[in-house]
Amino acid sequence: MVKVVDMGDYIIEMLNITKKFPGVVANDNITLKLKRGEIHALLGENGAGKSTLMSVLFGLYQPDSGEIRKNGQVVKINNPNDANALGIGMVHQHFKLVEIFTVLENIILGVEPSKMGFIQKNEARKKVMELSEKYGLRVDPDAYIEDITVGMQQRVEILKMLYRDNEILIFDEPTAVLTPQEIRELLQIMKGFAREGKSILFITHKLNEIMEVADRCTVLRKGKLIGTVNVKDTTKEELSRMMVGRDISFSVNKKEKKPGKVVLSVRNLNVVSKIHGKNVVKNVSFDVRAGEIVCIAGIDGNGQTEIVNAITGLEKPTSGKIMLNGHDITRASIRERSIRGMSHIPEDRHKHGLVLDYKLEENLVLQRYWQPEFQNRGFIKFDSVRKYAEKLIEKFDIRSGQGPVTIVRSMSGGNQQKAIIAREIDKDHDLLIAVQPTRGLDIGAIEYVHKQLVERRDAGKAVLLVSLELDEVMDISDRILVIYEGEIVGELNPKTTTMEELGLYMSGAKRDVVKEINDAGEE
Amino acid sequence: MQERNSLLNKTKFNLKDITDNSVFSSFLSALLAIFLGLIFGFIVMLVAAPANALTGFRLIVLGGFRRIGDVFYFATPILMTGLSVGFAFKMGLFNIGASGQYTMGMFFALYVGFMWDLPDSIHWIVACIAGFIGGMLWGIIPGLFKALLNVNEVITSIMFNYIGMYLVDMLIQGNSVMYVSDKTRTRYLPAEVQIPSLGIPNSNVNLGIILAIIIGIILYIVLQKTIFGYELKATGYNRFASEYAGMKGKRNIIITMAIAGGLSGLGGAFAILAPSAIAGSSMTYEPINIIAANGFNGIAVALLGNAHPIGTIFSAVFISHIQRGGTLASLVGYKPEIIDVVIAVIIYFSAFSMIMNSAFIGFIKRHFGKGKKDFDDNMDNEIKEAE
Repeated sequence: MVKVVDMGDYIIEMLNITKKFPGVVANDNITLKLKRGEIHALLGENGAGKSTLMSVLFGLYQPDSGEIRKNGQVVKINNPNDANALGIGMVHQHFKLVEIFTVLENIILGVEPSKMGFIQKNEARKKVMELSEKYGLRVDPDAYIEDITVGMQQRVEILKMLYRDNEILIFDEPTAVLTPQEIRELLQIMKGFAREGKSILFITHKLNEIMEVADRCTVLRKGKLIGTVNVKDTTKEELSRMMVGRDISFSVNKKEKKPGKVVLSVRNLNVVSKIHGKNVVKNVSFDVRAGEIVCIAGIDGNGQTEIVNAITGLEKPTSGKIMLNGHDITRASIRERSIRGMSHIPEDRHKHGLVLDYKLEENLVLQRYWQPEFQNRGFIKFDSVRKYAEKLIEKFDIRSGQGPVTIVRSMSGGNQQKAIIAREIDKDHDLLIAVQPTRGLDIGAIEYVHKQLVERRDAGKAVLLVSLELDEVMDISDRILVIYEGEIVGELNPKTTTMEELGLYMSGAKRDVVKEINDAGEE
Repeated sequence: MQERNSLLNKTKFNLKDITDNSVFSSFLSALLAIFLGLIFGFIVMLVAAPANALTGFRLIVLGGFRRIGDVFYFATPILMTGLSVGFAFKMGLFNIGASGQYTMGMFFALYVGFMWDLPDSIHWIVACIAGFIGGMLWGIIPGLFKALLNVNEVITSIMFNYIGMYLVDMLIQGNSVMYVSDKTRTRYLPAEVQIPSLGIPNSNVNLGIILAIIIGIILYIVLQKTIFGYELKATGYNRFASEYAGMKGKRNIIITMAIAGGLSGLGGAFAILAPSAIAGSSMTYEPINIIAANGFNGIAVALLGNAHPIGTIFSAVFISHIQRGGTLASLVGYKPEIIDVVIAVIIYFSAFSMIMNSAFIGFIKRHFGKGKKDFDDNMDNEIKEAE
């Protein structure tokens, strides 16, 4: 099973790295060799030890045993400054930028060229612009970080590494926050770096990206090295088997299902943005029927969030009508919507979905604590809560350190999401709204979430999915509504459409005259 | 080194349980705040008058034990304002208006005491309830502003401290039944309006402290066991999630501020209705345009008690204890101002107790359980990775 390709000329060798934490061997005798000028993917599920290994390389942790070599010389990396001095740079998953500084100021932060205490910005600007042009990293040096898109922020992070003349570039899940177009662009840029002779370590769990750009791939599972393979000699299926230890089905198994009655109906919905006061949702109308998954697809920031907020009651629409099971809920309270059968897996699980400082069991009843099952005259029945939590934990396989009493903040992202899904699915509902339910999850967890959504559909529930992931959109939805600048510009059937066509609609290059939805189904 | 090793062995086996226990760690941080505060207080005393520093310091620390009755008597109002501030804090609201609510509570209690003719057996009880209502009114207004107009409750409640104080001073001065103008104070309350004394000689300690402690326990039960407490804490931890879960955030803000105000108002009632050890006299209110200090002391009490109702009971008694000891230190020549400084230092440090908490626990973990900290960091990383 273990295939190690050995060809010499390694710029970085991490040899037999072991890093233990009490109770956990995060890295167990792991060897990773990075060749000069290659793109080397590091693949593994959450908790597989990728982060720990990269932290060792970046000087954040000291390994318990093993050594690191650069160009064959043993080096000791005690802190990120040492790493930087060795030419190792890292783009963190969560950008480390000063929001109120300009792009240029962020790039030179810490290595400002100065004369007698005065910053020589012109010099820096010249170098930054040269780099920017050379690698096609479009940035506006004088824009403030808080004003620019996530994609541009990432380019700033990359320029930071280049400005410091790093030759070993670590990308920690760089595509998680990008739109499909930006991802394509980034992958091109990474290829450009490799051609330049820079060496790239690319942490990801998106197999398509690995297949597209990586030369080799090292797979970790539960702290152990599973193997390093040449990407051109392997397949997605093999990589995923190495990562998860079992077969993963990529195409979701979905039975034919005839949609039933209309559960959610949205008519002429308009929402004004709280931020800039302009209409961000324009005259949107659609239905979701029992037993179908309708997906709103689009590039982030085209009004999806506002549509969902209006449906779930987090935001007030300016006009339009929202019906749930035939009841007008346009102005209903969130609680009323919940009682009428709406479940909501929110986009931001930390902001909306969970009270992070509450115990798991308290979070599992967040939508139901007031129901007779869990309260008696205003007092919460903690024994019922505990029993219910234990049931959900077992049924949905939510893993945590201390079971029901675990503080949710200490749980992994995947298990936090499982907790939300368990809560929303187990609650009595007819409509499930899931907003980017797989964001930031590893492949095993994604498969799990997809399975749950399809199961809901098969159980005759209406599912409204908002997703930025094209694969997800194509795989699990029954109908696709493409949103562009607050308008539904097309309705597609995933069986008859292609990724390319979907992309054209999403970018606004193509649009249908939206057919009037037949209002006969309404009361 | 030997010492450290033995300490190491002692701390090793259950270090994790202890340092991970939030009740324990906040208790520990409070103790540490007190300890550092005392050391600084001692330094202040050394600088002020070195000769008597040790005697004076001993009086501050231990003097309260000689006057247990008074300690509990003076603890009563600050316990109530402390509970008030702490309760609002659980919801994420900073009720800095405890002083105004406290003053309104005093006024309402006085008004009922003087102006209403009620049977002796229930007169003081009705006066206490009136105090609660007075404070509630003064708490509910910032609550309404916050809930309906999103005006920061800190600003409104500070302003209501002044509005309340001037209003009460004005109303009392204009009422000849309550006010004796040549003595610039209210008249003595009749004995039947005073709260029954607990009968400890030379002390005014009364039923108020018992009631205050019971209220503290009730608040604890409300916060821990009820739906209202669940919603309140959820809102305090994460307003967005509570909204998402369909909790009525605005309603809860108003109710919380009403209860917090009521608690402070009750503190005012307990203070003004307290019996006097001297027969024929009573507590009096002096309308001299000064904001009630007990309101602000309540903030310190709540901070030291980590906003936990039970913790607040202990911290109120402790601060009262130090204050009583402080008055004794004036016997050895310390000016009351110095005592105030020392107490202020302790209270000041208590404000840092949460910071100290993490710093101290971090220190323990670094020195006695290195791996543990790394592990935590790693867990943090894993969480980040998952995001």
